Amino acid sequence: MSKPNPIKTTLLSAACAVALMALTPAQSAEPPIKVGVLHSLSGTMAISETTLKDTVLMLVEEQNKKGGLLGRPLEAVVVDPASDWPLFAEKARELLTQDKVDVVFGCWTSVSRKSVLPVFEELNGLLFYPVQYEGEESSKNVFYTGAAPNQQAIPAVDYLKDELGIERWVLAGTDYVYPRTTNRILEAYLKQNGVADEDIMIDYTPFGHSDWQSIVARIKRFGSEGKKTAVVSTINGDANVPFYKELANQGVTADDIPVVAFSVGEEELSGIDTKPLVGHLAAWNYFMSVDDPNNAEFIETWHGFIKNDKRVTNDPMEAHKIGFDLWVQAVEKAGTTDTDAVQAAIIGLETQNLTGGTARMLPNHHITKPVLIGEIQEDGQFAVVWQTDEEVPGDAWSDYLEGSKDLIADWTPPIMCGNFNTVTQTCLGSEAE
Amino acid sequence: MVLGRLLRDDRGGQAMLAVLLLVAVLVPILNLVVPEGNPWHVSTYTVTLLGKYLTYALLAVAVDLVWGYLGILSLGHAAFFGLGGYAMGMYLMRQIGDRGVYGHPVLPDFMVFLNWTELPWFWQGFDMFWFAVLMAILVPGVLAFVFGYLAFRSRVTGVYLSIMTQALTYALMLAFFRNEMGFGGNNGLTDFKDILGFDLTNDTTRIGLFLASALTLALGYLACRFIVTSRLGRVAVAIRDAEARTRFIGYRVDHVKLAIFTFSAMLAGIAGALYVPQVGIINPGEFSPLNSIELVIWVAIGGRATLYGAVIGAVLVNYGKTYFTGAFPEAWLFALGALFVLVTLFLPKGIAGLFSQAVTWWRVRRPRERTARVTP
Amino acid sequence: MPTRIPLHRGIWISSLLVLLCLFAVTRVSAEGSETVSFEAALIDLSDPSFAVKQAAVDVIAASGDPRAAALLQALAAGQLYVRDADRALVLVSPSAGDYRLRDALDGSELGEASRREVKKIAINNRMRTQLRTAIAALTLASPDPAVRLRAAQQMLGDPNPLVIQAIRDQLEEEENRQVRDYLTLSLALADLQDPATEIRLRGIDRLSGSLYPAARNGLNRLLSAETDPEVRDAAERARTHIERMRSLNEAAETLFFGLSLGSVLVLAAIGLAITFGVMGVINMAHGELIMIGAYTTYLVQQAMPHWIDYSLFVAIPAAFIVAGLMGILIERTVIRFLYGRPLETLLATFGISLILQQLVRTTISAQNVAVQNPSWMSGSLQINPALALTYSRLYILIFALLVFFALLVILKRTALGLQVRAVAQNRAMARSMGVRSGRVDALTFGLGAGVAGVAGVALSQLTNVGPNMGQAYIIDSFMVVVFGGVGNLWGTLVAGLTLGVANKLMEPWAGAVLAKILVLVFIILFIQKRPRGLFPQRGRAADG
Repeated sequence: MSKPNPIKTTLLSAACAVALMALTPAQSAEPPIKVGVLHSLSGTMAISETTLKDTVLMLVEEQNKKGGLLGRPLEAVVVDPASDWPLFAEKARELLTQDKVDVVFGCWTSVSRKSVLPVFEELNGLLFYPVQYEGEESSKNVFYTGAAPNQQAIPAVDYLKDELGIERWVLAGTDYVYPRTTNRILEAYLKQNGVADEDIMIDYTPFGHSDWQSIVARIKRFGSEGKKTAVVSTINGDANVPFYKELANQGVTADDIPVVAFSVGEEELSGIDTKPLVGHLAAWNYFMSVDDPNNAEFIETWHGFIKNDKRVTNDPMEAHKIGFDLWVQAVEKAGTTDTDAVQAAIIGLETQNLTGGTARMLPNHHITKPVLIGEIQEDGQFAVVWQTDEEVPGDAWSDYLEGSKDLIADWTPPIMCGNFNTVTQTCLGSEAE
Repeated sequence: MVLGRLLRDDRGGQAMLAVLLLVAVLVPILNLVVPEGNPWHVSTYTVTLLGKYLTYALLAVAVDLVWGYLGILSLGHAAFFGLGGYAMGMYLMRQIGDRGVYGHPVLPDFMVFLNWTELPWFWQGFDMFWFAVLMAILVPGVLAFVFGYLAFRSRVTGVYLSIMTQALTYALMLAFFRNEMGFGGNNGLTDFKDILGFDLTNDTTRIGLFLASALTLALGYLACRFIVTSRLGRVAVAIRDAEARTRFIGYRVDHVKLAIFTFSAMLAGIAGALYVPQVGIINPGEFSPLNSIELVIWVAIGGRATLYGAVIGAVLVNYGKTYFTGAFPEAWLFALGALFVLVTLFLPKGIAGLFSQAVTWWRVRRPRERTARVTP
Repeated sequence: MPTRIPLHRGIWISSLLVLLCLFAVTRVSAEGSETVSFEAALIDLSDPSFAVKQAAVDVIAASGDPRAAALLQALAAGQLYVRDADRALVLVSPSAGDYRLRDALDGSELGEASRREVKKIAINNRMRTQLRTAIAALTLASPDPAVRLRAAQQMLGDPNPLVIQAIRDQLEEEENRQVRDYLTLSLALADLQDPATEIRLRGIDRLSGSLYPAARNGLNRLLSAETDPEVRDAAERARTHIERMRSLNEAAETLFFGLSLGSVLVLAAIGLAITFGVMGVINMAHGELIMIGAYTTYLVQQAMPHWIDYSLFVAIPAAFIVAGLMGILIERTVIRFLYGRPLETLLATFGISLILQQLVRTTISAQNVAVQNPSWMSGSLQINPALALTYSRLYILIFALLVFFALLVILKRTALGLQVRAVAQNRAMARSMGVRSGRVDALTFGLGAGVAGVAGVALSQLTNVGPNMGQAYIIDSFMVVVFGGVGNLWGTLVAGLTLGVANKLMEPWAGAVLAKILVLVFIILFIQKRPRGLFPQRGRAADG
């Protein structure tokens, strides 16, 4: 092998550099703005989160096609927290201190968000969290672009109650904080609406529960006692497939006992044979089937990016899209990617929802969202059967829980607090100075 | 004196402790004294990371003690680690006091959230540091004692014992996932503020925790050396190599096993207690059986029955994980999987074995050179 | 005389429909429209508003038009579309890429159309219920017993006197036993609301022993308002009787659930009983071999999309071969260097399991894939109104037993089986007797892996098929093998079924999570009592 010739190498690299400069716009001289992507690419959550990683990569690519941001290109930094919650905290720290990213899009489960929260607060980073969650949180450093319980669960129950005349309720969920909280809120809400104790059945199962025979049989019996019954499902991800299969096999159809799910979207349905599920419901803020020009464009871009026409879009993807748009606007408005400036700039900004209407960033770091109820169709899509007249503002602290009904979050002066007690007029806990 | 006795014939251990000492001295200086931006500066991120590796290393030493010297392959050591972690986590939760999001003076946030009105009995006393530390050692110890007492007395051995320890940690994981248990369910314990009055986000606190981990690792290592070089340790090795024969000679095999197993569990508990304040969260995922298997693999990669090999394995594999999850997020599992396969196939004695092979090779070779020089 | 009765019945049905019609008219006028004709309603069907569509369905149902039943059935089945060009209602059946259209009213062929030219008439749950009731009323006299059965089921418990009369008339004609059951039940339920005491008593008598939930609900309703002590007494007795029979059935159901869960455990564990139990390899990649079997099923279904009903028969041998070859590959490249070091096989196979998982993630997808159930795997076998066994579970239970006995025969009755057992018991001795231990090892491991693959086919019918599915079964599988006794196939069978039944017995009062924890604690304690499992292997081979 010949030794590398230093002169040749220098010449070659110079030529390369010139060629690159000629090819790329002048902006590349500026250092790129770094966008951190903190989604699990392996482990149990990879099923849901890899799609979101691809979504952010797509959004970054699109933004770069438009000439970047503030005249600088965007650069995505992807890490894999491997569905390991302490590793989420470590990776968040790595993104913020080693890679020095300007913003992070990431997390799916509540526990991963709770794990990274102290890191973002300590290092004053920015996190956009795209998944529907249990509420009861508002951090200065986190923007919640998914639904709070009042933007998903309560409207869905209203629909069942008013439109389908449901009188008995099964609240079935996986045993973790999101279903627990949602079900507690719903239980309180149903009781306020005059539903008796014996007409509510609550059941929790472990993660990845795969043997639903007994529970479905119980639901069937519970629903056979003469009153119209529905299941409100907060069953998480993987456990849904065997649950729906068992429902179908035991002959529970949507017109007998409809199931309304809060965690089953297009992505989850793509792993299920949907024929027996037709008519069961889901409540989301976005459905791929919604006929809207913005949505059509989004889907087309996604198919082009992922190079697969069969891939579906879902609610958390829209949430990332909205979060990304709002962040871009805020950076443009602030003229910098500095965390505090972006935080101040972003509140009140608006962007188009993919289903029509606008999403506005509220002072409590949640956004306004329309609530849609869809019925599962044979092709694995949802047909919208009901939707709210206007966007519902996200409520960080539930009005139906004892501990939090007096709390509000407001990140604008003079309150500047994530858990402000409106009765005592004080900012509680860690934010107190 | 004692130190000399413990480390005689343990060149690997000597080297390991020397490196540990060097790191323990250098890292704080490079982090606190050398200004940021200087290429020699060690970031706080690295400090916490190193601190985490050291607690893992201590855990690996505990596993190596029972696996390498007693022949018990525990697939449940993460359970003891997790329990120690929870004890410390409970202390840190209580330290939050009224700074939680709901501002409740005593109850942690998740209890307010579940509408609990008073602190469950098993949370009492955890506002005191000494009590929490005691529990971090005692709870894993008692669990290991009870489990070991039952298992060793009825002579559950080999693969059966391994699978039982796995069942133990699996059952604990499922139990801690339950919200009714009162340990925060799936989310576990998080959002810690300070430890012994020191702010956990402070660089000096981090250095302090790092030094504490280094010191505990050194002490834990020496304690294990003390055991393996003692009579007890020699009986343990005898049990490992020929259990029935040792029993027939007249040794109380189950007592020896129980003592060492319980000690190892306590060590794992301490490691867990040091781990939690540095990573900032403890949740039932720590009990996952896969974690236990992984830590056995650290020991295997480092080199079984060497103790210092466990330290090398734990640090190396975890560094690899940190690096690869960042550098090759899509492909790192291939690398990790291949590493496990290749090490078991080609390095049955682990890295430590490679090290001693190299030493032997060097020793064999040098005299020959000397001879060569003498005879012209 | 077959002509007279339908006429007679027709009168009642049309009066029922008139009633429905009145209802519809009031509803429609509330909407501010006066259109009630059949033709106008047809146009309303394609309206985007569900309220308008519902009103239109009522009108169509009440129109007495002979085409109504077929039209509404098509709507309920989601086959009714509207053609954009002329807003004509069409029936659609998919043909290669496009749709084949037929006129919805007269059934004449209208040729092909692309997906963009027609639009499906969407219905929601409320409309489904409404359609079901309307179709029931229109089809109770249908010549097809299955249709009549559905209609009778739908009408069950409807207190409307017109409905009751229609049922009474149909009952005179009805020959199908199941339909008669439903009709009689409906009449008995109607009896309960009769003012005359003896009729109510007759109704109670007829309901006693009926397992239909409606019977119990009817009695409950009666008891909540009844004042006559004699009737109350009879109703109480009937209800107790029903409750007792129902709880017997519930117990049978729980047993079935338990056996079914057990059969899944046995299937998952039985491959491991060979690789781990017979060969002593702690095969952590066992779960991934199951996963390979499940993915094979998926790929087979992708290859034969129009033959889903037969796909499993192709998938079972395919999965056995694919997973078996993978097993042989693993054995030849890794495990054969590790015999006699069982704990090190754990480490190496754990590495292999990580690689296999990531391999699936990168080559197929990180998402779950959809494996379809053949039609014969869907639905359930109705033993009686309170007890139904789902076909998928039933077949898998049978399948698990088949696999078990096939393995037993292979190990006990074939030359390979003899060699396998010989090598497992004493490798050196077997070799000196001329057994080619290397080949036997590869085949045994391949057999265990192949069986795991076959288990994957069965599991793909029940649960997720995704990169993580293997991990969900690995721990349970080890528990089953250890609990049953390593090296004993019968032990694995008994252990799997016992654990399944125990789990299901505890689930109702302990909840799913606690039941699982209790089972684990039970295994831990049991192993202390019997350190070698349920069926310990005798002799020296068990040491080690």
